[in-house]
Amino acid sequence: MDDRTLILFIVLPFLAAFSIPLINLVSEKAKTFVVAIVSLVLMVLSVQLVVRSPESTLYIPGGWYPVENIPIGIHLLSDGLSRFMLLIVNTLAFFCAVFAIDYMKQYTGQKYFYTLFCLQLAGLNGVVLAGDMFNLFVFMEVAAKSSYALVAFGVKRTEIEASFKYQVMGGLASLFMLFGITMLYWMTSTLNMADISLVLRTSEIDHGNTIRFAQLFLLAGISIKAAMIPFHAWLPDAHSSAPSPISAMLSGVVIKALGIYVILRLFINVFEPDVFISQVFAVLGGISMSAGVILALGAWDLKRLLAYHSISQMGYVLLGVGIAMGVMASGGSPESVALTLTGALFHMINHAVFKGLLFLSAGSVEYATGTVNLKRMGGLARALPLTMAASFVASMAIAGIPPFNGFFSKFAIIIAAVQGGYYFRATLGIVVGVLTLASFLKFQRYAFFGRPDPGISIKEAPLLMKFSMVSLALLCLAMSLFIFPDIRAIFLDPAVRTLLESTDYAIKNLHP
Amino acid sequence: MTLYILCFILFLVGLYGLLISRNIIKMVISLTIVEVSIFLMLILIGYVSGGIAPVVFDSQVLENKLVVDPLPQTMVLTAIVIALATNSMILTMAIRIYKKYGTFDIHEISKLKG
Repeated sequence: MDDRTLILFIVLPFLAAFSIPLINLVSEKAKTFVVAIVSLVLMVLSVQLVVRSPESTLYIPGGWYPVENIPIGIHLLSDGLSRFMLLIVNTLAFFCAVFAIDYMKQYTGQKYFYTLFCLQLAGLNGVVLAGDMFNLFVFMEVAAKSSYALVAFGVKRTEIEASFKYQVMGGLASLFMLFGITMLYWMTSTLNMADISLVLRTSEIDHGNTIRFAQLFLLAGISIKAAMIPFHAWLPDAHSSAPSPISAMLSGVVIKALGIYVILRLFINVFEPDVFISQVFAVLGGISMSAGVILALGAWDLKRLLAYHSISQMGYVLLGVGIAMGVMASGGSPESVALTLTGALFHMINHAVFKGLLFLSAGSVEYATGTVNLKRMGGLARALPLTMAASFVASMAIAGIPPFNGFFSKFAIIIAAVQGGYYFRATLGIVVGVLTLASFLKFQRYAFFGRPDPGISIKEAPLLMKFSMVSLALLCLAMSLFIFPDIRAIFLDPAVRTLLESTDYAIKNLHP
Repeated sequence: MTLYILCFILFLVGLYGLLISRNIIKMVISLTIVEVSIFLMLILIGYVSGGIAPVVFDSQVLENKLVVDPLPQTMVLTAIVIALATNSMILTMAIRIYKKYGTFDIHEISKLKG
């Protein structure tokens, strides 16, 4: 069954990317709106995909249909998980693009910015939709290359250095992934992910240690992409050096689509979940969440503080994934797996919204004062009331204060950890939550309260920047509604079901 | 089997170079070595000893003929193009770094602390 809308998610941003320099010749103002319009269209399409039906659909570009049930063409696949990710990617991209229209006026070479932004969006959508390993790799590279360029967009010393660091580590991560993909192709003689999972689950040959070898390389690659501590060195530099809308994209979407999504897809759908890998994820998640928050407590650069929190919050998600995989591998009850995965996915979409909002409000503060150093700020509450309100909502959401969305997802993960008998992990989750609150109170205190620095002139953010921040703040509140079963059934449950019924993955997606 | 192991050793050589070198140009070279080792590995996996190119002329059938696997070759072609992008981009950054800092030494450049 062909679903033609799927190809639009990749073709539209690519088309927009390369027509932006041309549009720039006609009208300088028009080009700034192209990304916003494209991502708005894609956002509407992705909402429509999510709401329409839970069945998975397939699009095969060029009509290279399977021959004798052997897939030979490129498969674009949309199942519950892909749609969920598409929704996150395109929604956040829309708000970042709207924010960028006014924010980017302080930079030169804007047309390159919008081109790269579109390429990044295309890469991310491609990663999420790719049905075979090699396309996953190629789109990952498209997204990563444009991110490298965007991090260095300001061409100041620190930005170039951060980008170089990001490129070396990101390049190495991609090569690790490619090596893992090579090993998988060697074992299974196929690249289609559904086919690989079918071959691995049904073949008589015992791959044993070879598959563990491939898994470890994939794991190393993804861990660098997802910036798990101790592979995190590039993230704080890169995320704090990029222009603010791009920081929001990097923290809100890129580490999820290239990191967590690939982990979920590969280690739950393609490979059978096993105890060893689940332990690795749980330990990496635990280390990331605690070390990330401790590093954040000591940070005085606002954007760097937020970047460390990205590591910490992704730790929560990975902890949830690790627990879920562990329970799955040891044959625990599907209900407790479902609860954990719901918590993890819920936290992922929440993090996209509130961390996006936090980076945008950091951008607004930077736009107003020209600095991101918390020690030089102060007393911004009067001058920037709207930014303060928005960032306050986001801070409370990330710290897990009810009734904001962050509370419910963290709560679900902690409850799941207790149910699984992992008391230490549950305690860690609570302690990290308290420390997160502490570091965000520091942010609020130093940025918005206290006495204003007389040497800094303050200008309030323009309308479109305000629009993005207010919409995301409202989303933070609205997404608390996901705890109601009716709403959860639309947005979260299809994604969870895709992961739970991982044995059906191959059968459904080869012959949908 | 020896060839595969040699490939893997090349991979490790590149990785070692990346970890140990202080000069950023040498780091880029090491990254390229890792790339090349993986490309070699892919080509080796697709190679069938004594196989011919899998090209069909005039709707001839390739039955009973030994052919090499064409898929890894196409993958390597794609990966080479990606590697070209990687290298040009990272070398551009290296030139920019040299203009800003006046050195290629990674220890003198490190303003940022992870």
